[in-house]
Amino acid sequence: MATRDSLIQVTDLKKHYRMGTIKALDGVTTDVNKGDVMVVIGPSGSGKSTFLRSLNLLEEPTGGAIIFDGVDITKKKYKDASGKTVKLDIDGLRQKMGMVFQHFNLFPHMTILENMVLAPMKVKGLDRAEAEKKAMALLERVGLADRADAYPIQLSGGQKQRVAIVRALAMEPEVMLFDEPTSALDPEMVGEVLDVMKELAREGMTMVCVTHEMGFAREVGNRVLFMADGKLLEEGTPEQIFEHPQHPRLRDFLSKVL
Amino acid sequence: MDSFIQLSNFPKIAPYAKLFEQGMLVTVLLSLFTVMIGFVLALVLALMRLSNFRPLRFLGLDRDGHQREGGVLAVISRFNPLSFLATAYVEILRSTPVIVQIFIIYYGVFTLVELPSFQLFGFIKFDRFFPGVVALGMNSGAYLCEIMRSGIQSIDGGQTEAARSLGLSQVQNLRYIILPQALKNILPAIANEFVVIIKESAITYTIGVQDIMSAVNAVKGATFIIIEPLLVATAIYFCLCFPTSKLIAYFERRMSRGDKR
Ligand SMILES: Nc1ncnc2c1ncn2[C@@H]1O[C@H](COP(=O)(O)OP(=O)(O)O)[C@@H](O)[C@H]1O
Ligand SMILES: [Mg+2]
Repeated sequence: MATRDSLIQVTDLKKHYRMGTIKALDGVTTDVNKGDVMVVIGPSGSGKSTFLRSLNLLEEPTGGAIIFDGVDITKKKYKDASGKTVKLDIDGLRQKMGMVFQHFNLFPHMTILENMVLAPMKVKGLDRAEAEKKAMALLERVGLADRADAYPIQLSGGQKQRVAIVRALAMEPEVMLFDEPTSALDPEMVGEVLDVMKELAREGMTMVCVTHEMGFAREVGNRVLFMADGKLLEEGTPEQIFEHPQHPRLRDFLSKVL
Repeated sequence: MDSFIQLSNFPKIAPYAKLFEQGMLVTVLLSLFTVMIGFVLALVLALMRLSNFRPLRFLGLDRDGHQREGGVLAVISRFNPLSFLATAYVEILRSTPVIVQIFIIYYGVFTLVELPSFQLFGFIKFDRFFPGVVALGMNSGAYLCEIMRSGIQSIDGGQTEAARSLGLSQVQNLRYIILPQALKNILPAIANEFVVIIKESAITYTIGVQDIMSAVNAVKGATFIIIEPLLVATAIYFCLCFPTSKLIAYFERRMSRGDKR
């Protein structure tokens, strides 16, 4: 049910490929509340990425609804309060959702600072001085201010991912989506990225994280979703999911990863 | 019997040195303009081919506005007229001889369109030069389009996803993220196309463009000597092309080293 501070409501979300023979998402219903740190777990191929990427429409769902800011964003057009039909502003929507990818996806032809200021300048219309000031403050927070003029290739994986996180934060999103942000990292760099995410969570950022870091899920998450075969099989607090798993698939999954 | 090459013929063609000099200038200018036109055309064609313009998209939506998963309507709804046109253009130009294209442009298009007859630099006949550039540029555009397209497609899809998820529009993504990276990758290929055009442009003497080959022809007509002017032309073409390709290869190596910084 939608609560007062619900941010995104997902209803019966479906993403089918090849005439429905592949059901990457097979009817997922849940909602994301403001301040939630939602952790999505599940075996590979279970639809976690598809779910996350549907939220900011990197994937076009083939069924169901995603209500964000009162609008069903799975429809190309909708009626506004005055009953007028308006086109969905996908770019505007995406600004409000930051996304962090497994492979960082920094822009290799730009310095770290340029990576940071591009969207604030071109999309939000900030002037360079303003955008750089904000970017430097963010880089400072993740201890990378001294690398502002470096190119992505000169950074370690962990540094790149920290930059990717603050690059998304520079757009001041309402929610941050993480798709396995530590899976491409060498083990010794996982911690520094998780630390940044933990700090974000403490500050009250709404987050949806697909991750295999069960420690993170337990410690920081307030809700854990377990997906398998495109379905949301179980949802609960970390305690419920990890201490009292109900679904056999979840038990089986946990026995393999814990 | 006379030998294949007669050294005594070279002094006889020496008075025509100026023709070769002018021919060389024409060949270089022709090739430069061709590559420029080809580049712009190729960029437009490549963007058309990769565009997501689907005017019949609405046919693919079901009653509650979601994308249909399959069926005839879903196929029709994916039809992209821009991509279709660009593909047809590229395939037609790549599947027909350049000389046919040049003749169609010169005898077809530019007999309908009257060109002003003035001379660039006092000797380049514009009404021959211009159709030559247009025809070669159109041809080159078709080939460069494929280079451009693969250059754009070689950029990791994650780049677009990151750009779009930051709120950049499709056009901003192309302009700030994709094209700068793609163009850097294909710069050597474009420069190589310049070398190819230097050689291919020899064919434009057939419509009266005063390039290096036309100098050969003029000397032949005036002196009935053919092999020696051809050798001169060979030397000029080689001196234009060989160092240029070596230079390109050098910069290519240096650039790829820069990437591994
Ligand atoms: N473009 C596609 N075409 C066909 N099947 C796809 C496509 N993208 C994803 N899938 C399928 O959808 C399922 C879910 O994928 P994904 O969301 O990436 O899973 P996860 O992130 O949990 O590993 C997988 O079985 C995958 O093979
Ligand atoms: Mg995934």
